[in-house]
Amino acid sequence: MSASIKSLRRWSWIHKWSSLICTLFMLMLCITGLPLIFHEEIDELLHEQMEAASVPPGTPKANLDQAIANAIANVPEKVPHFLVWDRHEPDVLLASIGTSLDSDPTKNRFVRLDAHTGAFLDAPDVTGRFTYIMLKLHTDMFAGLPGKLFLGLMGILFCVAIVSGVVVYSPSMRKLRFGTYRGSRPRIVRWLDVHNLVGITTVLWVFVVGFTGVLNTWADLVIKIWQFGQLAEMTSQYRDRPAPVRLSSLQSAVDVAMKAIPDMEPAFVAFPGTIFSSKNHYGVFMRGNTPLTSRLLKPALVDAETGVLTDSRSMPWYVSTLLISQPLHFGDYGGMPLKIIWTILDILTIVILVTGLYLWMKRSRSLAVLSNAELTAASSVKPVLSR
Amino acid sequence: MTSRRQTLGQIFLIPAILAVVTLGGLVFALVEDGVWDALSWVALSAPIVLYVGCIARGRRPRTSL
Repeated sequence: MSASIKSLRRWSWIHKWSSLICTLFMLMLCITGLPLIFHEEIDELLHEQMEAASVPPGTPKANLDQAIANAIANVPEKVPHFLVWDRHEPDVLLASIGTSLDSDPTKNRFVRLDAHTGAFLDAPDVTGRFTYIMLKLHTDMFAGLPGKLFLGLMGILFCVAIVSGVVVYSPSMRKLRFGTYRGSRPRIVRWLDVHNLVGITTVLWVFVVGFTGVLNTWADLVIKIWQFGQLAEMTSQYRDRPAPVRLSSLQSAVDVAMKAIPDMEPAFVAFPGTIFSSKNHYGVFMRGNTPLTSRLLKPALVDAETGVLTDSRSMPWYVSTLLISQPLHFGDYGGMPLKIIWTILDILTIVILVTGLYLWMKRSRSLAVLSNAELTAASSVKPVLSR
Repeated sequence: MTSRRQTLGQIFLIPAILAVVTLGGLVFALVEDGVWDALSWVALSAPIVLYVGCIARGRRPRTSL
């Protein structure tokens, strides 16, 4: 018995401190995450953007070389890094253009192009946007990779808080039925009930979203590992070759990739010399067409001088894990109803954080080791201002 | 309030069912669009509905117990 009390004390201590350290950051993440669930809708509402021409289904797509030429002609940056087929806007192509191949890709200009005509639509500066500021706060607090990894650490503490929370849930519920809410009792009792109830009912969702968030903070590192692992392997015979003087056609590179992997569609192209390819290849990244497989990528490397396919492999497990973790974090894979559910569950997570913080401030002793009888006694000595 | 102390099994029965339902909800929408999406919405609503239900029940003036 005393051993179990000792172990309970330990878990309570873990729950208290893991929560306390991460709570303010988790609150920030929950609040900035709310608008991010609807970032497309918010951008559409707040910012004018050129729409692609509406065309009947089956209209052939624009020539990609022409589209890229149109993009470059309209912006000061001249070196294309990536061309992206946005899953949310199938009529639009996104070109990411930098000042040079070595320039920081996160500072690239995004050019929107009409997918059917190849025409330049616009190249908005998104860095002042509300959604951009929320995204930066949410991912790295404007502190780059260290900020990202720090938030990842807070996320790990949050996961520890969740697990220890489940452990300390059981002693506090020994004498209470599931879902007990003592509505006529003082606030501290009511908020304890709310904290327990919301915590235990949403625990799996909160854990999955928390943990996939942690995985996403490691994205930069995962890409680096892939770059020096599989990508280096796939392009090893090119290591000593000079970069091509003239690039072969982008359109034919994509055609070659689509022919080699007919059951998938292009997700994005990494131009030669960017982090997702070698200096000698177009990296054509293909995706599947179910909600799950559309998140998984399979690169086809096409020689940027001869236009010949040189290799194509499925991504290693650590990249696939990262890719699958993204929809599970964003909630963007089941239409508007799923986004609304994500919103409600996010708000409930805020409720857990706020009630938890309140309970800690009200009593320095851990609530979990406090028996129900003790709690009743403790709350009855204070003046009771129940509703 | 129950008169006896509950076992771990009793305490975690409903939470465990909820966790399985939630996990199903998270996975269903990944499989396919359409019906699978709808299944996912229903499953992921379960914890929300249960929470609202419990609070509503607890707020009612006490008639029994």
